[in-house]
Amino acid sequence: MQPIDAVPVRRPGRWIAAIAVAVLAAAVVRSVATNPRFQWDVVGEMLFSERILHGLLLTLELTAIAMVAGVALGVVVAVARMSPNKLLAGAGAFYVWLFRGTPVLVQLLFWSFIAALYPTVGIGPFEADANLLITPFMAAVLGLALNEAAYMAEIVRAGIASVPEGQSEAASALGMSRLQMLRRIVLPQAMRVIVPPTGNETISMLKTTSLVSVIASSDLLYSAQLIYSQNFKQVPLLIVVCIWYLAITTLLSLGQAALERHYGRGVRRTRKESKPMRFLKPAVAR
Amino acid sequence: MIVATDVHKRYGKLEVLRGIDLTVQRGEVTCLIGPSGSGKSTFLRCVNRLERIEGGRLAVDGELIGYKTKHGRLHELREHEIAAQRAQIGMVFQHFHLFAHMTALENVIEAPLRVLKLDRATAVARATDLLAQVGLEDKLDSFPSQLSGGQQQRVAIARALAMKPKLMLFDEPTSALDPETVGEVLEVMRGLAAEGMTMLVVTHEMGFARGVADTVAFMDEGRVIEAGTPEQVLEQPAHARTREFLARML
Repeated sequence: MQPIDAVPVRRPGRWIAAIAVAVLAAAVVRSVATNPRFQWDVVGEMLFSERILHGLLLTLELTAIAMVAGVALGVVVAVARMSPNKLLAGAGAFYVWLFRGTPVLVQLLFWSFIAALYPTVGIGPFEADANLLITPFMAAVLGLALNEAAYMAEIVRAGIASVPEGQSEAASALGMSRLQMLRRIVLPQAMRVIVPPTGNETISMLKTTSLVSVIASSDLLYSAQLIYSQNFKQVPLLIVVCIWYLAITTLLSLGQAALERHYGRGVRRTRKESKPMRFLKPAVAR
Repeated sequence: MIVATDVHKRYGKLEVLRGIDLTVQRGEVTCLIGPSGSGKSTFLRCVNRLERIEGGRLAVDGELIGYKTKHGRLHELREHEIAAQRAQIGMVFQHFHLFAHMTALENVIEAPLRVLKLDRATAVARATDLLAQVGLEDKLDSFPSQLSGGQQQRVAIARALAMKPKLMLFDEPTSALDPETVGEVLEVMRGLAAEGMTMLVVTHEMGFARGVADTVAFMDEGRVIEAGTPEQVLEQPAHARTREFLARML
């Protein structure tokens, strides 16, 4: 066998681009590190302060609750939209139209003012004062979850529609019930299409929760705002907030990649998997 | 085993089945042949209620498919009753339709576990036997995407047999296969026929029909034009339409 000893193609463009990026990065790092007005000492001090950690906990709680409720309700709305019952399908479509068609910020404000519309909520003798029931936290959960459900419904619908009809036909030909078919055959395969956008939705939800600061729910951002309204250290506190959001987002991306691998079962191995944090291990051109 | 009398089926205005009369005896192999669009596959799908019929009567093993008679009136069956009927009728599709997220073994044990409620050990033992019977004892842990068409179809046959059906329906089982893998699937089907399985096979494999079928039925435009032994229908067809079709098949 004759070895191939060829001269590789020269790629000067890549080298120039790489140098330009490196120089730019160095300049940014230098300025961030040396500019005293970033007040990195305050950042370090505040990063694990009690009030910030409290806010972080609430942000995580809100994200988790809103996503779980949003996914659950989203599946229901998606199934309704795909129902042969015209009224049910119409109700599902209306839901998506309403909650996807208005800004989530407006929806949050609306829920916090719901007591103006319905001073009491309940049925018959079980009535409660809406002002007591709809706390800022409840309003935040309602606003975020109901809005999320509209987006999740579309994602779930696309996932279910992506499973070939032959799969459900084969399942029913074997005598499986509709529920078994959905749970064992259709949904596991739909997950491959559902998981990646749901991961994006979760990351997006983590950041959207910062909107609840407008209804005085003390999440991560609102806690930071409360602190800097007293000590006027706006920039370092906003950096603290960013560090926490980035940290959680990184963890979520890793979890998403693991889920994608799990639900990629049975699909050809050559399929490209999403690689979170790719920029951390860049493939440098030779 | 199957008794169809005057079965009608239409999609909107399009009449697909215009009065099918057909009887399949227990232990017999019946091949449905005919041009595409003649309603062969549609009729097959009516037998396990993947399609509903608009007229006539269709019974398997003395039981109406999709209906029951109460006080002299037909009542539509509930979903779980239809599922129970389907569980006794095996079906093999042209495009296999193996569950893509499950291995060969998982494909075969799924319905026995969920529908027949077998315990796992029994289901696995039975599935392993069946997969060995179709010559795939070394592919238990392969996913469908890692198998050839012929191998996938053999898994699909094992999956249907795992329900111990009293009747097997085959919808053009070799039409989507490479020529060199058609033989291995027909071999498995021959073995099944020899064991006395009742089979209704929609096929374009005239060699299989001639060699294995007890009855061959020729369909055209939603009707059974003629039915009889392979010799009668394939060698001395009574109708001009059958002769035309056979001439084009050769």
